[in-house]
Amino acid sequence: MSEDRPVGIVLVSHSAQVAASVAELAKGLAGGASAVPVAPAGGTEGGGLGTSAELISAAAASVDRGAGVAVLTDLGSAVLTVKALLAEGDELPEGTRLVDAPFVEGAVAAVVTAAAGADLDAVEAAAAEAYGYRKV
Amino acid sequence: MLDADFFRRWMRTAAASVDREAERLTALDSAIGDADHGSNLRRGFTAVATALEKEAPDTPGGVLILAGRQLISTVGGASGPLYGTLLRRAGKALGDAAEVDEEELAAALRAGVEGVMALGGAAPGDKTMIDALMPAVDALGTGFGAARAAAEEGAAATVPLRARKGRASYLGERSVGHQDPGATSSALLIAALAETAEADGE
Repeated sequence: MSEDRPVGIVLVSHSAQVAASVAELAKGLAGGASAVPVAPAGGTEGGGLGTSAELISAAAASVDRGAGVAVLTDLGSAVLTVKALLAEGDELPEGTRLVDAPFVEGAVAAVVTAAAGADLDAVEAAAAEAYGYRKV
Repeated sequence: MLDADFFRRWMRTAAASVDREAERLTALDSAIGDADHGSNLRRGFTAVATALEKEAPDTPGGVLILAGRQLISTVGGASGPLYGTLLRRAGKALGDAAEVDEEELAAALRAGVEGVMALGGAAPGDKTMIDALMPAVDALGTGFGAARAAAEEGAAATVPLRARKGRASYLGERSVGHQDPGATSSALLIAALAETAEADGE
């Protein structure tokens, strides 16, 4: 970890409730993860289902401590909006990365790993690894 | 030659057309999507029209970049980042030229379409906006009217296709027999371009 600064985590879902609940779940399961900044960016600004570029930018800015920001998304427009914002260049903090991971499992893995003091590469790897865990 | 004012009028015409056709787009989207394409695009293009009134970029590229930025931030569905990327990439390709010719516009739109394909991972035949945009860009070399006809034919040709991208892809075979809403709105955007050029006597 660079000078004890934690990686920030942003959770983007089509639903405000899903994003907020997954954030709560991940922090809860990570135990002493209070030091890890986690921000949900769910739904549209009007409270409907969808994706808001403004909410994503604000969430990423709010969790940026200078060690990078890992963004996890659910599907469709959430993925495309984050990719488009990254392509813009100046809409998200430097060191922001879209992490290819399952939403719930990846969020838990990311927060736990960040809480252990890992850097952005390790957080990304842990979240992506959640794809490899088969349930049956 | 096409100047910034031409591009502002194109975007205004597109906004009016999306507003007029929003219900039809949403009806198409309710068959194979999540029934919000018309309302999402209406919100996005209304924001484009408002932004262009407040701020008047003085180059064609500047107009498209501002419009694309508005679509990414306000649409709320996948069509926002997709159309946003189309216009932004095209705008960046035009650079800071004060006027561009049809050939330069065609090349810029091709760069935009390639950006959309890279972002969404769609190829021609996947039943997406690409199926209207790609033939339109190919036809633009022979004129605006040809581009409009090619986009409309491309949109109509999505009816028998099976969706391989986006929400409609979950429907598998059941997506067959419906015109793709994204290809339909793309045809509107190209028709607005042709209309703007015709009004100009281009």
